[in-house]
Amino acid sequence: MTGAPTDGTTEGAPRTVLDARDVSRALTRISHELLERNRVVDDLVLLGLQTRGVPLARRIAARIAAVEGVDVPVGELDVTMYRDDLRSQPTRASHRTEIPAGGIDGKVVVLVDDVLFSGRTIRAALDAVADLGRPSAVRLAVLVDRGHRELPIRADHVGKNLPSARSERVSVRVAEVDGADEVSIS
Amino acid sequence: MKHLLSIDDLSVDQIQEIFATASDMHDVQRRSVKKLPALRGVTVVNMFFEDSTRTRSSFEIAGKWLSADVINISAKGSSTSKGESLRDTVMTVCAMGVDGLVIRHQASGAAQQVAGWVDASVVNAGDGMHEHPTQALLDAYTLQRRLGSLEGRHVAVIGDLTHSRVFRSNVQCLTKLGAEVTVVAPPTLMPSGVGPWSESAGFATSYDVDEVLPTADAVMMLRVQRERMSGGYFPTAREYTVGYGLTRDRLAALHPDVPICHPGPMNRGLEIAADAADAAQSAILDQVSAGLAVRMAVLYHLLAGEESSA
Repeated sequence: MTGAPTDGTTEGAPRTVLDARDVSRALTRISHELLERNRVVDDLVLLGLQTRGVPLARRIAARIAAVEGVDVPVGELDVTMYRDDLRSQPTRASHRTEIPAGGIDGKVVVLVDDVLFSGRTIRAALDAVADLGRPSAVRLAVLVDRGHRELPIRADHVGKNLPSARSERVSVRVAEVDGADEVSIS
Repeated sequence: MKHLLSIDDLSVDQIQEIFATASDMHDVQRRSVKKLPALRGVTVVNMFFEDSTRTRSSFEIAGKWLSADVINISAKGSSTSKGESLRDTVMTVCAMGVDGLVIRHQASGAAQQVAGWVDASVVNAGDGMHEHPTQALLDAYTLQRRLGSLEGRHVAVIGDLTHSRVFRSNVQCLTKLGAEVTVVAPPTLMPSGVGPWSESAGFATSYDVDEVLPTADAVMMLRVQRERMSGGYFPTAREYTVGYGLTRDRLAALHPDVPICHPGPMNRGLEIAADAADAAQSAILDQVSAGLAVRMAVLYHLLAGEESSA
């Protein structure tokens, strides 16, 4: 995901705001925040939003496993079919949705995404989660919050708050998808 | 993609894109809430001027699972039985603001004709003896899932080829995806002019089932379409079964990993023995569930995007 504005972008030289070490630290902090917030990690399920939220969710799970020795289930959530702009865009390719074997009923589901922008993706994700089960709570962890919300949605865990202009483009690269970890703005 | 009228309309990339979406749709079938909101506000009309169980019900369920409003119109019970022309029926329905039209008709080329009349997206759900593209897509999707890839795999298509729109669509789809196809039929049920077509499309023809089966990686049996037959294409049903049916003996000679497909409805005991239809290696019910996933994918790709991209 790029967190790209829908009303045009300003092309400029990209400026790195988080390098690989910053991304790693942010994910470590989010993992610790999740542990502090959820004393009983047995109820946690991480759902990474396709596509870059998935590797981020796996990395958070790996950090929790390293600290607590508990394997938190990780799933993949594709919200393509739940988007509110399907008919105003060219047909989007869908991706896999895979819920961990234990399901999400009664669990604390943490949605993991790379960029929080308008909030519409998360709105779609909440609808998708409601079709898949009834969690006891749903939380949101994002690597970057760039602002400009269009819906009353906020993140519980944020790697970096990144004030941005609507015309700017925030690009997140993750090693598993893009070969390197970096957040840049242009 | 505005319409799906023929496999010829699709590139290999488009076919694989449909398969990828179908794979995601397949997962929806296992959910407790089998519903996606992708086509909310979209109206799809299924117009079936020929009898159908699988295709019509799977298109209906596919539309409903994508949250479209689905209406079914069949020839019996519609104004066509009063003599209304196909064009008038279609234009009347489309005047109600329909987005998608799934049409099955006994006349070859009907779907193409309808697509020229209307603004709605048209899906050919079988037109006479011409094509049945979604059947070909679901067959290829089923085999790809079973075999891993169709590249270089040998698929034997056996049965009444003359009357089969499934065969015409399947041969195009399978060869596009890299399969080696041999079609087998008695001389009376081998379409006239198949020779030049087989050379240009790159498939083989044979009159001998027992020569083809040992090298087949997949077997696709076709229904003997007695309702389309006007003359004596074979002396007796028994003789057809002995010569071209997937009998118990031929099943025993097949490798147990070779999937057996049949588009349905089956004439059990004629082109396929009950033992073969119900065998562990039978993919016939897989085809039915794949049909739903593939039709969801097709409706999604035709109707979900912006209208200018259709």
